Amino acid sequence: MWRDHLTEIIVFSALFLLVSGMGFVAARWRAPKDMAHLDEWGLGGRSFGGWITWFLVGGDLYTAYTFVAVPALMFGAGAAGFFAVPYTIVIYPLVFLVLCRLWSVSHRHGFVTPADFVRRRFDSPVLALLIAITGIVATMPYIALQLVGIEAVLKTMGVTGDSAVARHLPIIIAFAILAAYTYQSGLRAPALIAFVKDTLIYIVILVAVIYLPYKLGGWGSIFDAADAKFAASPNPNDGILLNANNQLQYVTLAFGSALALFLYPHSITGVLASRNRDVIKRNMSALPAYSLLLGLIALLGFMAIAAGVKPLPGAKEGTVDSNTVVPVLFDQQFPDWFAGVAYAAIGIGALVPAAIMSIAAANLFTRNIYKEYLKRDASPAQEANVSKITSLVVKVGAVACIVFLDPQFSIDLQLIGGVIILQTLPAVALGLYTRWFHRGALIAGWVAGMGLGMWMLYQIPNPASKRAHFGGSAFPLSEFGFDTKKTIYVGIVAVLVNLVVAALVTLALRAAKVAEGVDGTTPDDYFADEGDPRVTPGPDRDADSAREPVA
Amino acid sequence: MTAAEPETPRTASSRAKDHSPWNWLLFIPIVVPLIPVFFNADSPRLFGFPRFYWLQLVWILLGVATTTLVYQMTKKRGDH
Repeated sequence: MWRDHLTEIIVFSALFLLVSGMGFVAARWRAPKDMAHLDEWGLGGRSFGGWITWFLVGGDLYTAYTFVAVPALMFGAGAAGFFAVPYTIVIYPLVFLVLCRLWSVSHRHGFVTPADFVRRRFDSPVLALLIAITGIVATMPYIALQLVGIEAVLKTMGVTGDSAVARHLPIIIAFAILAAYTYQSGLRAPALIAFVKDTLIYIVILVAVIYLPYKLGGWGSIFDAADAKFAASPNPNDGILLNANNQLQYVTLAFGSALALFLYPHSITGVLASRNRDVIKRNMSALPAYSLLLGLIALLGFMAIAAGVKPLPGAKEGTVDSNTVVPVLFDQQFPDWFAGVAYAAIGIGALVPAAIMSIAAANLFTRNIYKEYLKRDASPAQEANVSKITSLVVKVGAVACIVFLDPQFSIDLQLIGGVIILQTLPAVALGLYTRWFHRGALIAGWVAGMGLGMWMLYQIPNPASKRAHFGGSAFPLSEFGFDTKKTIYVGIVAVLVNLVVAALVTLALRAAKVAEGVDGTTPDDYFADEGDPRVTPGPDRDADSAREPVA
Repeated sequence: MTAAEPETPRTASSRAKDHSPWNWLLFIPIVVPLIPVFFNADSPRLFGFPRFYWLQLVWILLGVATTTLVYQMTKKRGDH
């Protein structure tokens, strides 16, 4: 019952209110002359330096859901859940040069979204619309999942109710506050809150990885306890090491997820908000600090095994909600006040990415649907306004998903999200390097990759939850006729087919001499840096940035 | 057409930077963490961690060292 958790609830609420206050004040932080411009509301004036970018992008990529779901996966499946570590190692060298090019061309042309870039590069509103819709569809369930993170914490604190509305009331209130300050402060709000969130998370995890092994008899016995649990389970694919059949899945999932991460609109929003190329490059070396944190957080799953944690019951009779593993571990092992701090870290950890994601989705709608199809001559002030309102709609949609639908639906959609966002790779990431692909071929490749990806995901059952379809992202190669038990990540196969189709159709369209449109960018644009002239000027930025001292 | 000419020297130099041979080093931390043979074993244990876990955490340092080295070696010199 909630009375047993009173200290936790008080600490949680106090910290939550503190950051809400910060969210509203953020509008005045590094205040621009004119907030009524998408560059200001949606990208924080493209002015963030190294530290802010580190906190913002770190808080954006390593979400509350990650912190709850990765240890839950370790708890349930063991080594396979550790893919999050290689995933977040290979990502940074992978995008080290790519993001600099994207930043430069966006700075020069005033692009706010990846679809803006595709529109200008390939001269194709249709392709840009596909990229924008893919981004919005992939982002929406991700926002809803942040609520799953908060909900796991509330559930552990005993804040539950009988009716659907009563049970979700705290989340509805939290999201209403979030929506209000995002509306007012734009990207500045999550940027400021990220400082608090990450500081709390670092403290909690450092304490957890020192204190818990001490209480549980050392790391050796934690791993031994996990080993004993998996040895006793009937599932052949769990264990503290990988087996011959899931190694390919582990590697392709890590690599495919890395390719997908910076195609997500919210990651790109965080990157475009930085001040110059140097900030991005330095952050590619500094962001792996979060990967270390994530690796340690993942091991909380094994600590929960060693501590004998029993996850709380799920929504349906006879199921367990594995996302409560970490909150229950904290509840059992920490003093109440510190468990409250840990819960606040997770709760606030949900707000930062949720805010950035809703801003990113709103920007996509504004730039690539509203301005492209509904109101061609929209002024910057109108754009900012539409984006603010859309960010509200997006959050209402996310809350509705959680309140009225089974949360499992959001988890499924997020699984699909990774596969579909990967289908924008040829146009967005390769488009930064080459215009060799024909715009029509990129559309054909997108259709092929999307169709194959959906079909493969549909074919995957999940024996644990007794579901026939959308049971995971590990596709058995035997379905393709290979005589093996190996599995592979769906996204990798889909994007390879996407690329092959795009290449073949490019050759065909070029042979048929179909018009290719005009490239609106020049090779020089991809190396532009802070201070270089802009093709599409921003809102009085140049006067502003000149005031800053040149360090 | 002539308006673009004053920019040409800057373009040439920055493009040379983006094509620096140092960038090839970035492949090391992309490929190495994706080879399971290196880390998929229990022994030797380090502070109680099986090799699977400590070695993958060590790859984080490999990634940081490489990106830092490439950044330092390709940094634009003199013009800021």
